[in-house]
Amino acid sequence: MYTLVCIVAGMALAEAFLGLMESQPRHGYELKRVYDERLGQGRLLPFGQVYATLSRLLKNGLVRVDGFEPGDGPDRKRYVITPAGLSLIESWLTEAEKPDLHLQSTLYVKVVLALLSGRSAVDILDTQQREHLRLMRELTARKASGDLTEHLICDYALFHLEADLRWLELTAARLDELAAKVRS
Amino acid sequence: MTRPTASLLFGTGLCKTYGSTRALEDVSFHIRAGEIVAVMGPSGSGKSTLLQCAAGILAPDSGRIVYDGRDVVAMSDAERSALRRRDFGFVFQFGQLVPELTCLENVALPLRLEGVARRPAEARAAQWMERLEVSDVAGKRPGEASGGQGQRVAIARGLVHHPRVVFADEPTGALDSLNGERVLQLLVRAAVDEGVAVVLVTHETRVAAYAHREIVVRDGRVRDTEQVS
Repeated sequence: MYTLVCIVAGMALAEAFLGLMESQPRHGYELKRVYDERLGQGRLLPFGQVYATLSRLLKNGLVRVDGFEPGDGPDRKRYVITPAGLSLIESWLTEAEKPDLHLQSTLYVKVVLALLSGRSAVDILDTQQREHLRLMRELTARKASGDLTEHLICDYALFHLEADLRWLELTAARLDELAAKVRS
Repeated sequence: MTRPTASLLFGTGLCKTYGSTRALEDVSFHIRAGEIVAVMGPSGSGKSTLLQCAAGILAPDSGRIVYDGRDVVAMSDAERSALRRRDFGFVFQFGQLVPELTCLENVALPLRLEGVARRPAEARAAQWMERLEVSDVAGKRPGEASGGQGQRVAIARGLVHHPRVVFADEPTGALDSLNGERVLQLLVRAAVDEGVAVVLVTHETRVAAYAHREIVVRDGRVRDTEQVS
């Protein structure tokens, strides 16, 4: 679980924040709350990571400060996604991920964000399925020309990719259920 | 490896309903000569119905199927039977070999049905059995062969008459992983060598990975992907 959360934090946290800001401007505390509720998978995001990520998004021109809101302590900065941020989230959601052994966590974030934003989650799963099958074809072709060691290494990868694909298929079958949950 | 070229078989707007169940809904597909295409989808998704329509076994309620420029739906039953016998080959999950005939006679059957004399038909059948590494069961009945041997015999029967399209419905579904892989390798190699198109229906992604591309069927609808390999 620790590994998966680190992967989400490292690879998709910035994109997840952009996705959550697409529908409305948000301040850091609110982003953390929505992230923990919708995408955290049982692990709470540290505040330090929230503000470090927002600072990086701001520096890269993907969000800008939209104003300040009074809170219990100092005024909270409200962030809004920029056109560059919108463009990045659009590409990130529609492009396939490179298949790897801990992919589900990133895909889960994509699927939930798609459902929250009214995009087609089925398209995301289909795109990923095509990418997985493309890699499986490559590995199958490598098996045909390789020795036994190559064969066994490719088989190992193929069985893992097959497990990913089963998860994709099952998730596709449960999208209505998931949509009802994330929109509640 | 043979690269797919012109479209040999295609269907457009296919619909098929069983009672209140819609098995195919506005489905389109295309298969090019020499191309290996996997038809994938979960159980009950409509993939076997699509295969049967594409092969002229089952008539769709509506839509067109065109093979080599000819409208398959508009053909008479006799014309469709001749098409299936001459231009198509079939490999099913459990082989579906004729139990009363020897394996060699089973392989020779498509040639015998086309009027080829027994001796040349069995000579050609023997060559195919050798190619698929099952010469040792030539004189045995299918019940005396193992599952893997039976499927290789079925593949030999599916290819012996030089069809242009082979329809394989879960051809390794009843085999263990190792035997299934060997059977697939032999099927794909033989099809590629002969320039035969293969429509490979499967719910297993590792099987689909032997194809050039996949057609995914979900709830009777199709996502017909272009070749990517």
